[in-house]
This record gives sequence, structure tokens and C-alpha cells, in this order.
Amino acid sequence: MGAGHTSVLHLDHDSPVHRLPAEAKIVAMVLYTVVVVVTPRAEFAAFAGYALLIVAAAAAARIRPGWLARRATIELPFVLLAVALPFAGHGERVTWLGMSLSVDGLYGAWNIAAKGTLGVLASLVLAGTTTMRDLIGGLDRLHCPVVFTQIATFMLRYLDILVDDARRMRIARLSRGYDPRFLWQVKAFAISIGALFLRAFERGERVYLAMLSRGYTGRLPRPDRAPVTAGQWAAAALLPATAAGIAVVTVLQ
Amino acid sequence: MDVTAMHIANGIVNGQVSAVFAVVAAIALAFCVLRSRADLDDRLAPMAGLVAAFIFAVQMLNFQVLPGVSGHLLGGALAVVLVGPWVGALCVATVLIVQCLLFADGGLTALGLNITNMALLGAAAGYLLVAVLLRVLPKTARGVAVATFVASVVSVVVASQGFVLQYWMGGTTELSLGTIAAAMAGVHTLIGIGEGLIAATTVATVVRVRPDLVYALRRFRTATAQPIGVPA
Repeated sequence: MGAGHTSVLHLDHDSPVHRLPAEAKIVAMVLYTVVVVVTPRAEFAAFAGYALLIVAAAAAARIRPGWLARRATIELPFVLLAVALPFAGHGERVTWLGMSLSVDGLYGAWNIAAKGTLGVLASLVLAGTTTMRDLIGGLDRLHCPVVFTQIATFMLRYLDILVDDARRMRIARLSRGYDPRFLWQVKAFAISIGALFLRAFERGERVYLAMLSRGYTGRLPRPDRAPVTAGQWAAAALLPATAAGIAVVTVLQ
Repeated sequence: MDVTAMHIANGIVNGQVSAVFAVVAAIALAFCVLRSRADLDDRLAPMAGLVAAFIFAVQMLNFQVLPGVSGHLLGGALAVVLVGPWVGALCVATVLIVQCLLFADGGLTALGLNITNMALLGAAAGYLLVAVLLRVLPKTARGVAVATFVASVVSVVVASQGFVLQYWMGGTTELSLGTIAAAMAGVHTLIGIGEGLIAATTVATVVRVRPDLVYALRRFRTATAQPIGVPA
């Protein structure tokens, strides 16, 4: 149970971006995404600039392009929605390759695809360079209410317990001669889901009471750490500040 | 672990409407934080974490029903039955925030929209229904399971219609609203039934074994468990 609670997305290596404090990275990502989303959809040059920026950030974090591309497929359902828009949209239409496409739908599709992709890439750079623990610590230092960080801490711990207990129960079923195939596994899973929940809860409740008896007050102890320096804030600010610069220049032109 | 996206991404709903809902969500969550202080005791704190983890896990079950229209389990009704409306909404919101930051699921600027739909609307609809249904249904495992099932179906459909409302207010393209509303409601009714079955089975087991953990039953608890006074 004491195994590392690592994020599935965290890339365990060192880079300048990995070394930045989590709170600075969170603020940078939030501001960058806001700049991307408020940019008017027809400013194509600006979006190219944003894409270059996030690629540069990924390069600084030594994230391989293949990893980014594979993980970015998370937004595929929305890209599919975007593909449908030019056909389903209303208003003025253009003909392209014999297909009648809605201009508004085309802009809409571009808008969703571009802003969605840039947002996902920014989140991936953050997730790839920050562990779950650092992220929660960062939220805590950004004065996120304790109840959130508390629920999030327990949630991340319980996820491991749930997966672990589900696997143990499955092995127990198999070792008693149960031979599940394909969909019929669902029945056994559905029956055991309540038991899984209770087992996980009782395991976690013991851990929680043990934590309380050792002085837990709702907040994990923070290791003493030097406060974020102005240089670190400046380094993190490079991404949103450059993006904001691009936005201002392209919109003013 | 393969995770697929299903929350509203950046750029689907325009900036102004996203900002309005971000403010709405922030105010509502602040209220939930205040109200949850009274609820969070030694039993509820770990339960809130487990409910959040459970929701996190079931939200990964994703149903791709039509291209571009996918849905997933929300878990709002399960949360409100087990930990109450305030902590329940916070659990779902925490799941959404962590998914957004760590799993790149759901746009950051759409976080307010997603929280409003799934955490606030879902929890509110679910809890109101459970509270009303438990007045008439027996306070047994079966009664609570039925209430949870109905609340799950309704809260999932209500949450999906929240997206339709937001799309109507600030959708970035012109799609016919009726189509979206019908597609979302249809898909989410099916999802709600699936979610209802999972939530009802889970809650029924908990009511049978550890009724003390079920928030929705707190009001009906009888005072028989008083400690016996030591005779002087």
C-alpha cells in the first residue's frame, strides 16, 4: 500500500520545467489557456504562435513529441464533433470537393479543434512534469480550500486501493474455478462492486484513523521549502506572457 | 490506463458564457465548502475521498454512442446519498479539477461549465429526489436502492441538459438545438440507467452492512443507540 502514488501521466526525468514549483506551473498553464480561449477564432497566425510556444515548452521539459501526440488523442471525441459541424451548421455555405460546407461550421470546427488541442497540450505539459503530490501541494499553496486538497489526497490514495482490491477479488474468483469470458465478467463485477466499495472503505478508514492518531489535521505536512523565487515565477510566466504578446499583436493588426 | 475525454473541451462554448459559469460554479462551491464544514467528521472525510475515487474510476467508463456524442457515468447521485449534497458536490468537483489538471480531460476554461453541470446540477437534482423519495419509500436497503436508481437517471439527464442550456447561450457554432437536446437526453437516459444500477447496487450493500455510513439515512436514524448510563 505504500507504493508510490504516481500519476499515469507523470514523466519521471529531470528538466528545467520539472524543477519549477508546481504553483508557478499551474498559474502559467491557466493563464496560457485563458489567452488561447479568448483569442478570436479567425486569428490563424496567433494560433500558430501558440502552438510553437507549447512545443517549445514541451521541448524544454524534454517531452517526446510522440508521447504528446499519443496522449493528445484524449480529445478525439470532440474532434469528431468538430468534423460534423461543417456539414450540420447553418448559414452561408461554400462548395469544396463537391461537398456543401457551412462557413460558420468550418470556423466552428477550426475553433474547437485548435483551442481544444492547445489546451490539452498545455495540460499534458503540466501533468507530465508534475507529480500528483506536488500538484496538490501547489494547489494548497495557491490557497485552494483545505477540503478540496483533502478530498483530492484521499481520492488519489483510494484509487490505488480500489484497483488493487478489484484485482484481488478477481484473482479470488478465478482461484475458485470461476472462468469469466468477455461480457459475462460484467455480472460478477456488478455483484461484487458493493463489496469492493465496502472493503476499500474499511481499509481506508483504518488508514485515516491511524493518520488522525498520528496528528493529522486535514493537511499533509509540507516539507520545508524555499519560497518560489522571482526568477522561477518569471521563467513560468514566459509561456503566458509570450502568448499574451502574440494575442495583442495579431488582434491589433 | 487508457483514458478518453468526455467533458466539455476548450472552445466549444464561447468565452463570455464560460466565464459566467465559472463565476457561478465558484460561488456555489464556496457555499458548499462553508456548508460542508459541519458535515465532515471522522467518518465522512475518508468516505468523501473514497466516493471521489469511485467516481473517478467510473467516469473512465465511457460510452461512445454516436460520433462526437459520448457520455459517461457521473456518480453525482451516489455521492449525495453517501456523503450528502454539500460534500457530494465537492467530491464531483474535485474529480473534475483533478481530471482537468492531471489527465487533460475537459478544457480548463470549460471547468466552470463542467462543474455546473455535473457537480452542481447533478448533485442538486439527485439529492432533492432522494430526499423526497425517502419520505415515501421504506428506509431499507431496497428502498434506498430504488431512490438511488431514480435519482441517478434523473440527475444524469438533468446534467446533460445543462450542457444544452450552455450551448444555447454560447455555442460557438449554429447547430440545431433540438437535435443536441434530443441526442444528449437519449444517450444520457441509457447512461443514467447503467449508472443507476451501479449506484443502487453499491448503496444497497453499504446500507445493509454499514448503515451508519449513509448520509441520506442520517435524518431517519433512531436514537436507540444511546450509550447506557452507568447507575450511580
